[in-house]
Amino acid sequence: MKIDPIHQFNIEPLFTLGHIGNHTIAFTNSSLFMLIAVLLIALLMLASGRDLVPGRLQSVAEISYEFVATTIRSTAGSEGMKFFPLIFSLFMFLCVSNLVGVIPYTFTIASHLIVTAALALLVFFTVLIYGIYKNGLKFFSIFVPHGVPVYILPLVMFIEILSFFLRPVSHSVRLFANMLAGHIALKVFAGFVAMLGFSLGALGWFGGVLPLALTVALYALELLVAFLQAYVFAILTCIYLNDAIHPGH
Amino acid sequence: MAESHGEAKGQKAGAHTEADGGHHGGAFPPFDSSNFASQLVSLAIAFVALYLIVSRIALPRVGGTIDARQNKIEGDLAEAQKLKDESDAALKAYETELANARANAQAIGNETREKLNAASEAERKALEEKLAAKLVDAEKQIATTRTNAMSNVRGIAADAAGAIVQQLAGVTPDATTVNSAVDASLKG
Repeated sequence: MKIDPIHQFNIEPLFTLGHIGNHTIAFTNSSLFMLIAVLLIALLMLASGRDLVPGRLQSVAEISYEFVATTIRSTAGSEGMKFFPLIFSLFMFLCVSNLVGVIPYTFTIASHLIVTAALALLVFFTVLIYGIYKNGLKFFSIFVPHGVPVYILPLVMFIEILSFFLRPVSHSVRLFANMLAGHIALKVFAGFVAMLGFSLGALGWFGGVLPLALTVALYALELLVAFLQAYVFAILTCIYLNDAIHPGH
Repeated sequence: MAESHGEAKGQKAGAHTEADGGHHGGAFPPFDSSNFASQLVSLAIAFVALYLIVSRIALPRVGGTIDARQNKIEGDLAEAQKLKDESDAALKAYETELANARANAQAIGNETREKLNAASEAERKALEEKLAAKLVDAEKQIATTRTNAMSNVRGIAADAAGAIVQQLAGVTPDATTVNSAVDASLKG
């Protein structure tokens, strides 16, 4: 019995869609799980009832709505509600795909840096373009903090500008690394159980109890991380958008 | 191809896989750039589709339901408040009415009592006057009777005195003398 914790991240083309330049565009297992996430969200938001007293499914839909709306209002103010559809889509897409991803034999979209980077860059350029569009040159005042003595201002500005341009990096790597590391750890510990059980006979069966317990604990942690990283991604998006909406603060 | 490489590496310790993947340029799937185009295209399609579904249909729908519920709750609360105000007003009106009625009853009672008192007082006075008049009459009658009786007594006394004198002295006394003697004795 071998442990291959990386196999779960393989991209397997299911069928070819076409070619762009010399790149082959394939419908892969990643595409399939993106589609599943979109369909699940659509199902949740559209198939739930519209009753005065909500049922279970409707409650979940309404709680998601209220949750994201509250997050935006508390971090970016009521003007941030302009970006409600964007943040809701980001949060639900990541949350649903991450939660689907912790089911064994599924694929976790956010375990690929290219996906999280694309989403982070989408947020980055939304902030940049909207910030300049709405505030003009005043937008760049986010690089000049108030009350900093003039002699260290260049240094502070340098750090602010650097951190601004590093945002998409931290934004994407945080999510990607969390999902990747969590899934590898789960796979490794789950692999230990099987390895001990198959190789050491009766002794291995007892020896496997510890990694099994760890796997269960890690699985619970991964469920939390799946939700939490989607939330972190969404709330960071709100905070970045807040800079574009209120650059003075 | 990448798959079989990954499986072959899997036999080694897990910690080495990332480094190994780096060497082979494609063995570690998250950094395999040959998949990037496919993933970006499917991500773009999926996310745009999701964004359109969410912004056009899902959020207005769920938001509308929540707003409708909020409005309904607020409407019901306002209705309840209105009804409560109405019942409060009715209660107040009832209490005012009751107080008025009580005051009226009190007034009527007092009036009647005073009227009756006045009437009985008047009756009593009239009766007393009548009785007083009767008393005066009676007293007058008594005085007359007495005077008459007294004058009779004088006559009787004078007659008796004359008879006594005639019996004792055998002479008939002069009437005027007897009278003055009787008067003197009555006065004495």
